[in-house]
Amino acid sequence: MLNYDIVIIGGGPAGLAAAVSAKRSGVESILVLERDKELGGILNQCIHNGFGLHTFKEELTGPEYAGRFIEQLLEEKIEYRLNTMVMDIAPNKVVTAMNREDGMFEIQAKAIILAMGCRERSRGALNIPGYRPAGIYSAGTAQRLVNMEGYMPGREVVILGSGDIGLIMARRMTLEGAKVKVVAELMPYSGGLKRNIVQCLDDYGIPLKLSHTVVDIEGKERVEAITIAEVGPDRRPIPGTEERYTCDTLLLSCGLIPENELSRSLEVEMSPVTSGPLVNECLETNVEGVFACGNVLHVHDLVDFVSEEASAAGKHAAEYVKNGAKHAETGAKDIPIVATEGARYTVPKTINPDRMDEKHTVRFRVGDVYKNCYVSVYLNDERVIHKKRPVVAPGEMEEVVLKKEELAAFSGLSQITVKIEEA
Amino acid sequence: METRELICIGCPMGCPLKVEMENGEVVSVSGNTCKRGDVYARKEVTNPTRIVTSSVIVEGGSLAAVSVKTKEDIPKGKIFDIMKELKGVKVNAPVHIGDVILSNVAGTGVDIIATKNVL
Repeated sequence: MLNYDIVIIGGGPAGLAAAVSAKRSGVESILVLERDKELGGILNQCIHNGFGLHTFKEELTGPEYAGRFIEQLLEEKIEYRLNTMVMDIAPNKVVTAMNREDGMFEIQAKAIILAMGCRERSRGALNIPGYRPAGIYSAGTAQRLVNMEGYMPGREVVILGSGDIGLIMARRMTLEGAKVKVVAELMPYSGGLKRNIVQCLDDYGIPLKLSHTVVDIEGKERVEAITIAEVGPDRRPIPGTEERYTCDTLLLSCGLIPENELSRSLEVEMSPVTSGPLVNECLETNVEGVFACGNVLHVHDLVDFVSEEASAAGKHAAEYVKNGAKHAETGAKDIPIVATEGARYTVPKTINPDRMDEKHTVRFRVGDVYKNCYVSVYLNDERVIHKKRPVVAPGEMEEVVLKKEELAAFSGLSQITVKIEEA
Repeated sequence: METRELICIGCPMGCPLKVEMENGEVVSVSGNTCKRGDVYARKEVTNPTRIVTSSVIVEGGSLAAVSVKTKEDIPKGKIFDIMKELKGVKVNAPVHIGDVILSNVAGTGVDIIATKNVL
């Protein structure tokens, strides 16, 4: 059996930043396990620019952003294995993995960082009626085919879902000569960033139809036409609103789901809202010495925040390796953070006023579009943050900053509440 | 007086901007919450520019394609001319981040550079 202090599952943006941070925090023995044939994860296929404004103060493409972190990983001489699939993580932190060179092998770790990322919601999970011809792709699959493999999935395209990858692919397919006829979104608002709606749809005159969904797929061998219809407030199609588009391709950009099969078999406690692990402010799960970061924890919009979160996970994992369970010892108890009234969840789920840094950024998402509202934070029943926001939307992650000073000074603190209050 | 409405793309906030113009000149910008919104609005209504990203075939490398971008912003109206010039471009491995793939693309004076190492 191999032995490493920290084993990191996944070599995408989260795994890379966690590894570099753990090494710089003083842990020498680190192994990154990556399923693909290269490091960098999803960034390798995100060839558009706009990454890194927070981290590097410049706009980079996905591969360039990944390249910066891969460079750091190599400089720090951190070990990694490619083409390596992790099969199981046991509660005693034995990782079972396999690849073509080593076959099946086991690694005993002291700490584990979960950085497996997420997957796209598939057609099967969406219950779209109609035939099952060729020509139906998830937006991410199409992205990989066009940007990395050099294939065009089709010429005439309808896109269901206005997630960022779908919007990016609407532009990308258009630039490569395809005709993107329409983007249909089930919800009354887009799930993507404003910037992407402007630069990927508006720039090219691609219509975005909110409150619309696919009600029929035609074609036996290959997609021949897609019918979309408007949906009511109950999200059910309204008869008589059907519109038929002839096309050869349907792309699906209908949400991302953290990939937590390994976490579940490890009996990590999961959030039903994010489908990711529940973590404290050290990003540690309920399983001691197991940390989580990036899209496996909750789906992010900006990779910069993934890197920031993963760096924190790497640092805390290193502290755990150096100090064992004592790393979390404190005089105060963990305070639960409750997301309610518009706020859907928070990461972290608990915070310890004694153990936390001077300031801690709590990230969350809202459940609807709210205009001219306030983002509020309560310590027990006392409101301590009341931040005016012109608009908040489910597609864009929100944050509040909690101060150690304030939390520690609050006597009898038993609950922190994050909510949206209308003006 | 002509009014144009834009959505700021300076950050994920996406501020709704209103630009008042007279004879092609910007008179005022409102709706922005920071300086970047003002700068973006003035540029977007007078000289809109974009970074163009794509990928080109690479031969003899570990991957089939290498991602590329315009090294700087190019006029928005030139996007499709640039895509046309990129069509059929093939490079030989190794390619490194920053390598010039095409110089002065579509007469913009801007180079196309690689954004990925393909060895």
